[in-house]
Order: sequence, then C-alpha cells, then structure tokens
Amino acid sequence: MANRRFTEQPLSEWMRSGGKESEIVISSRVRIARNLLNRPFPMLATNQQSEDVLNQLESVLADERMQQFGQLSPVLLADLDELDKKVLVEKHLISPNLANESRSGAVFISEDESLSIMVNEEDHLRIQCLYPGLQVQEAWDKATSVDDIFEAHVDYAFDDHRGFLTSCPTNVGTGLRASVMMHLPALVLTQQINRILSAVSQVGLTVRGIYGEGSEATGNLFQISNQITLGQSESEIIENLYSVVMQIIEHEKSARERLLSESRLRMTDRVMRSYGILLYAAIMDSKEAAQRLSDVRLGVDLGLIDALSVQVLNELTVMTQPGFLQKKFQVSMSPGERDMYRAKLIREKLGK
Amino acid sequence: MHCQECGKRPATLHFTKIVNGEKTEFHICEACAREKGELIPGTSGGFSIHSLLSGLLDFTPGSHAQGNKAPENLRCEECGLTYSQFSKIGRFGCSSCYKYFNNRLDPLFKRVHGNTVHVGKVPKRVGSHLQIKRKLDDLRKELQYRIHQEEFEEAAALRDQIRELEKNISSE
Ligand SMILES: [Zn+2]
Ligand SMILES: [Zn+2]
Repeated sequence: MANRRFTEQPLSEWMRSGGKESEIVISSRVRIARNLLNRPFPMLATNQQSEDVLNQLESVLADERMQQFGQLSPVLLADLDELDKKVLVEKHLISPNLANESRSGAVFISEDESLSIMVNEEDHLRIQCLYPGLQVQEAWDKATSVDDIFEAHVDYAFDDHRGFLTSCPTNVGTGLRASVMMHLPALVLTQQINRILSAVSQVGLTVRGIYGEGSEATGNLFQISNQITLGQSESEIIENLYSVVMQIIEHEKSARERLLSESRLRMTDRVMRSYGILLYAAIMDSKEAAQRLSDVRLGVDLGLIDALSVQVLNELTVMTQPGFLQKKFQVSMSPGERDMYRAKLIREKLGK
Repeated sequence: MHCQECGKRPATLHFTKIVNGEKTEFHICEACAREKGELIPGTSGGFSIHSLLSGLLDFTPGSHAQGNKAPENLRCEECGLTYSQFSKIGRFGCSSCYKYFNNRLDPLFKRVHGNTVHVGKVPKRVGSHLQIKRKLDDLRKELQYRIHQEEFEEAAALRDQIRELEKNISSE
C-alpha cells in the first residue's frame, strides 16, 4: 500500500535538514485553497460530484511538469483506518478537517512529504508545502508553481473583484495561508511572550498552538500565520510574515543571551533536570513531554547539552503524539497507558 | 495571553473583527468556547471559527442600503443556499453564492480582512482579461514616469505597447 510509509515513518524527509534559522524556526508552511468552476463546494457536493472532482484533479498529476516535485502518491482517505488518519494529521500531511471528511477525500503526497495536495477538503483543492526552518518564500514559490500546473488543466472559480473563491469567507482572495512554527522558550521564560504575541496580532497575523486552530501552544511552540487573504498580494503577505518572524527571532535570541549571561547555572539546572526526567521517567503525559522536550531543545541550541541531535527531538515531537504512539506499539491505549508508552518510547530514543 | 472570558486559562482561539476600520480581538480558551457551544476543530467535529464568523454575519450594520435584515428569499440560484443558512454556517455553497450575495459581502469582508477587493495572483486562463488590465495600469504608470524623466524614446515604445494591449482588450 502506497500510504504505509507515510504513516510508519515519524520524521518526514523534509524535516531532516535544518533550514534557515532552524534554532528557532521549526518549519514553514504555505497552503493555497482553490476551487473548480461551476461545481458546488465539497460541503454541498453529492458523492458523484466529489468523485468527479477527484478524478479531474488526479488526472493533472500526469502532467510531466509535475515530475519536478517527485513521485506523488494518491492516498484515498476512505482506504485509511482512523489511526492512520490520525498519524497523517500529526505529521501535518492532512488537516483534521480532511480526516473527518467522508466523501472522496484524498491527498497526493510527495516522496519527501514536503508537498501534499488535498482534494475535497473544505475546498476542492488545497496545495500545501512544508519546509524546515524559515523558508516561507521557498514554500510559496513551490506552491504557486504547483498551482500553475493545475490551472493549466482545470478552470478555477475566480472573480476579478474577489479573487479566488473559497468555501470560507476567511480564505477568499489569495486563498493563501502562510505559517511559521517557532520555538520561543526564552520569550516565555522571560515573560515577554504576551506582549510580543499581541503586537503580532495588531499587524494582521494570528498565533496558534502546535496542532492548528484550537489546540494549545504546548512546548513553547507557536504558529504564526497571516489572517488577511483579501486585499493583500501574496508577496505582501509573505514579506509581512517574514519580517515579523525575523523580529521575533531577534527578540528570542537576545532573551536567550540574557538568560545565559544572567542565569547560566539556573538554565543549566533546568535543562539538565528535564533531560534527566526524559531519560528516566516511567510516566509522561503529553503536556509534560512537550515541555521537557522544549527545555532539552533549548539546552541543545544553547550548547548546554551536547551529543544529542535536534533531529531526535523533532522525531520525538511527532512520535509522542497519541496516534503515532499507538501505531508504533500496535495497541490501542487508554490515555493512562499512553503516558506509560510515551515514557518508554522517550527512554528508548534518548537512552543510547 | 489569557482567555478574555474566564481570565484564567490561556487563550487558544484568536479572532479579529474589524468594524468601521476599528479592530476588536477575541481571545478565548477551549473550555469557554465549548461552554458557549462552539466546538473545536480537531476534537469532535464542528468549527469554532465558523461559529464565530456567523456571529459576525448576524449583525450586518444598519448603514447598509438594504437595511438590517437580508430579504427572506435571498438565495443562491445555483446551489440553493439561502443567505440565512450562509450566515449560520459561515460558508458558501458554491462560487455563484458570491454573485447572489454580493451586495451583502462588502461589510463582511471589510470586517474579516479590512479589504473588499483582490489584488493578488490572477490565473492565466480564467483571469486573462484582468491580467491585461493590470498590465495596462502598470504600463501607463511607467509611461508617466518616463515622460516625467524626459526619456521619450522609452515612452514611445511604451505607448505602442499600450495601444497593442488596448486593441486586444477591445477585440475580446
Ligand atoms: Zn476561558
Ligand atoms: Zn451557491
């Protein structure tokens, strides 16, 4: 089955390289929403209509220009069990919304998992590109060239006045959502985070927790994304996001330096304690895991912990999610059992 | 940032609405959102963002020419979605909804985006007309600039280019 590797391997290929500013920026993501002309949006489409949309969009994969993005494997959501869907959500390869979608939902995933194309989500087509570190421009460049290929084959619902027409009014215009995942422990520790996040929302950006809308910002991970899609061009959106992220990076860096110079001993104590707990704990809930992993990541970034790669931490961030844990140990777990398996997994991963 | 409802838990849902150019922000936590009957995406179905959005749609300002309430029978002829359904679920049923509800959309977009008109990417085929119009605008601006700079040779070339494009548009 084509989808097996997407659910069994915790770390997407694209996550293996660091990317720009990778000490603070985990990943950059761009998503664009498109719909086909003269077809009801997925919410109102019949099974047959959804099926037609899927067939029409899938046929575009045959365009030879698609080859530059590597082999794209189509995965039908109907072929996946709940656990596999959960893992794809945890790896950000599909949205929670697509996982819940029953009618002809599908995703085309590239080999390195940096490109995923969702069909029959809230909109007919959602093109998503993921990159490590701060690479929003690169992600946009790739998404827009995939978009061009689709556009050569299918007629989009587009209006001179409103731009790309989307199911939700919050996406109309460019259909573009660009976001950057940041690790900001020093801003949290020095209690500057609220001030900075509220400043961010003054300039048309929003901040969310690690697993998208509605979930908590655990482990000091924050996702910054544009809120406005109408009346700003794509390049304005990307540049605005980029410059705000650069400013946050500067603040985080100086907060880290201050922490190191003013309280090196306490910082060392904090990260080493968290490291110790991860190495020896027998029970670990997801919130604590996220917090301890954040401390250890900071320790590695600051040079307080060596002989540990950020890659292992990236891997653990994905693997300690409920879906992946159950997938890995092949048992369904109660939340309490999950905490035990989580601790076991972390010990195994870090213990060598 | 703390939840503005309970003031205790961290706010995890953030939303900005813009009324008459003035921004108001919501910051609420999951528990409070749930209490208010808004489900959280990724948990068990439902879209808080759409529920919040429908809250915005409910109070179309009275300044609007057609008055406060959308006519009962306002609906999209293409997919059958009524305006009142749209304002409940906060989602369009098809691209024609934009046409049928058009008169009522400016205030909504103004609140959500602060803008009402797209200025971004234009698809090459479907939007070719608009692309030419935008190109013309750019060329005219540059023509003005060249004339101002007294670069008449470049200006003449630009003028020819503009005439050519104008011919294309009128022959469509
Ligand atoms: Zn609350
Ligand atoms: Zn409609």
